[in-house]
Amino acid sequence: MNVTWFLVLSAFLFCIGATGVLVRRNPLVVLLSLELMLNAGNLALIAFSRMVGNGEGQIFALVVMVIAACEVVIGLGLIVAIYRRRLPIDVDGVSEMRG
Amino acid sequence: MSATTFGWLVLIFPLVGTVLCALLYRMPARQPLVGWIGSAAIGLSFAAGIGMFIKLLDRAPEQRHLISNAFNYANSAGINVKLGILVDPLSVFMVLVVTGVSFLIHIYSVAYMKSDLGYARFFAYLNYFVFSMLLLLLANNFVLLIVGWAFVGAASYLLISFWYRRASATYAGIKAFVMNVIGDVGLVIAAFLLFQHTGSLDYNGVFAHAAHASSNTGWLVAACLMILVGAFAKSAQVPLHTWLPDAMEGPTPVSALIHAATMVTAGVYLIARTHVLFLHAPAAADVSAILGTATLLIAATIALVQTDLKRVIAYSTMSQIGYMIVGVSVFAWSAGLFHLMTHAFFKALLFMAAGSVISAMGGEQNMDRMGGFRRAMPFTFITFTFGALALAGFFPFSGIFSKDAILGFEFDRGGLYAVLAVVGYLGSFLTAFYAFRMVFRTFFGEMAPEAESLSRGELAHGEHFNPATGEEEDTEVGFPGPDHQIAEREPAMKVAMAPLAFLAFAAGIVWIPGVTDWLEKFLEPTFADSSFATQHPSTSAEWIGIAVGAVLSIAGIGLAWFLYERRAGATLRLRDRFRPVHDFLFNKWYFDDLYDAVFVHPMRAFGGFGRRVIETDFVQGAIVGGAGRVVGAGTSIARSIQTGYLRAYAFLLLLGVGGLLLYFLIRSA
Repeated sequence: MNVTWFLVLSAFLFCIGATGVLVRRNPLVVLLSLELMLNAGNLALIAFSRMVGNGEGQIFALVVMVIAACEVVIGLGLIVAIYRRRLPIDVDGVSEMRG
Repeated sequence: MSATTFGWLVLIFPLVGTVLCALLYRMPARQPLVGWIGSAAIGLSFAAGIGMFIKLLDRAPEQRHLISNAFNYANSAGINVKLGILVDPLSVFMVLVVTGVSFLIHIYSVAYMKSDLGYARFFAYLNYFVFSMLLLLLANNFVLLIVGWAFVGAASYLLISFWYRRASATYAGIKAFVMNVIGDVGLVIAAFLLFQHTGSLDYNGVFAHAAHASSNTGWLVAACLMILVGAFAKSAQVPLHTWLPDAMEGPTPVSALIHAATMVTAGVYLIARTHVLFLHAPAAADVSAILGTATLLIAATIALVQTDLKRVIAYSTMSQIGYMIVGVSVFAWSAGLFHLMTHAFFKALLFMAAGSVISAMGGEQNMDRMGGFRRAMPFTFITFTFGALALAGFFPFSGIFSKDAILGFEFDRGGLYAVLAVVGYLGSFLTAFYAFRMVFRTFFGEMAPEAESLSRGELAHGEHFNPATGEEEDTEVGFPGPDHQIAEREPAMKVAMAPLAFLAFAAGIVWIPGVTDWLEKFLEPTFADSSFATQHPSTSAEWIGIAVGAVLSIAGIGLAWFLYERRAGATLRLRDRFRPVHDFLFNKWYFDDLYDAVFVHPMRAFGGFGRRVIETDFVQGAIVGGAGRVVGAGTSIARSIQTGYLRAYAFLLLLGVGGLLLYFLIRSA
């Protein structure tokens, strides 16, 4: 099968994820969309790996998954912390980083 | 030991004394140990000076010119300056006068300064001053001379501003320092000129070369005039004299030592030392003689009307140094130096006695409030009168011999110099008058309350106030205030004053015309290169001069007696009658006001302009503030990106990644 199809699918998934990050305000959905973007990347890695014909790209994909898991842990932890402090579950609601 | 070894010892003792006194600064006041260490250092230096004198006398007169070099001080680019001393009759004579008078004044200070909190500091400064002065006198080249010259100026500044919480004292110190630096610059320029034209900075090299120059060569006259700038600034001669009266803000021993006996005579020494140059630049010597004569007259007239006791003596110092400057400028070197010596004795004595009176008055220096101290302080009265008689040129006190040696020589040279000598005699009449004006106003007349309480055995209770401005003072650094009641009670003061009183009376013995000529013979080898060294008026002419001087002196004293004793109050009527003259003299010929108007105020205005426009507007506003504003504008752009919204960050991130991707896409296409 041609690698192009995999890459198109990957690009689709990435764009959906990116749109989700930009337009949704619920941090849970933002995290979900982030995962979608990461997996789009993973898909592209595996597709290229198959095209080249060695397994190194697949190892990269596994590493990315581990990093994604860590990131989700931190993200969920932040969300719980926000919830505990009875703040609105809304990414626009926490803007103390403004310079 | 050779004479030069003694010369090095003369220098080393005060230096060691400076260091020891400075290290003992934690010694509590009222512990005279530091004072005795400082005095001992100068005493040893004086003893070494005597050793130098004896060793020099052992040699034949033409061999009394010894040089000793310790090491190379600077050696580059054709200049080879050695740290060396020159021992010849002139330097030995000066060293003996300086160390001898300094020793007595140190002893006086042990008592006078004992209640001052800056006791150790005072003696460290004083020893430092003596070291600098001796360096100046013993140097054998212009570089070391300038080093000593500048050190002396610094010591003078430190001692004038000794009571540094007193604003008028620090102001006076700054004034003296600025004036002295003008002189330093003059001397440095003179050294440059001499080096440019003779290729040497050694006295011997410069003088040997200058001796071949034709008379009044341009560069030589210029160098001599620059030397005169240095000499006049240090010796407080018109027009660089205004610092000396203000320098009386310093403690009285400082006035006695630095601003009467030693430092201010450095200019006289300098002209005598460089006499070879002046011999070949008689135009410069004439300028010096005329300005010296002007100074002696101007200062004497100002001294007639001042009411501050120490300032009267300060103007008298200016006037007497005028005589010395005239002496060395008309090539009567021995006579000028003779007057330097006798003046050092009687002027130091006058200041010490004045210090005794001032402390009896609890710090008050105004003669209007003094009077009747004759009974209360007999010792001070006698010593002050001795000093005043010597100053007035009363026969046979020392002053008349030295003064008339100068004036007699001037008459002998004739012409312009005879005119200057007549002015000199006028000055000596005024001198006799103002000297006894001080005596009559301080020691005679109605008793001041302080004198009355002193004669009952009580000491006046002074207040902490500034005698110049009347402000109340911060006493943290020590003042001769209420606790400072010495008033000739201390033996150390009497020990210091008695020998000077004797010398003020008898020092004339070293050169009585037709009887003795010890001083002239001793100094002759230094000046042997000129025919003026052996020229002097006939003995009968000198005695006529002395007789005229004696009559003028008696006339001046008599007039003072008439105006202040016989017709007490007559001077007030005179003052009201001649109000403009009095104001002119009381305001010191408006020299200070002139300098304020010409130099100080324009400078201050320029400084104010610089602070407002250059500093505030340009540096602070444009350069420093401009840089700040540029950075501020840049950061406000960066800050506007930091919205704090997570999604905005994500958007920018994506924009960036998208941009990068697009870039590589276009590159690869």
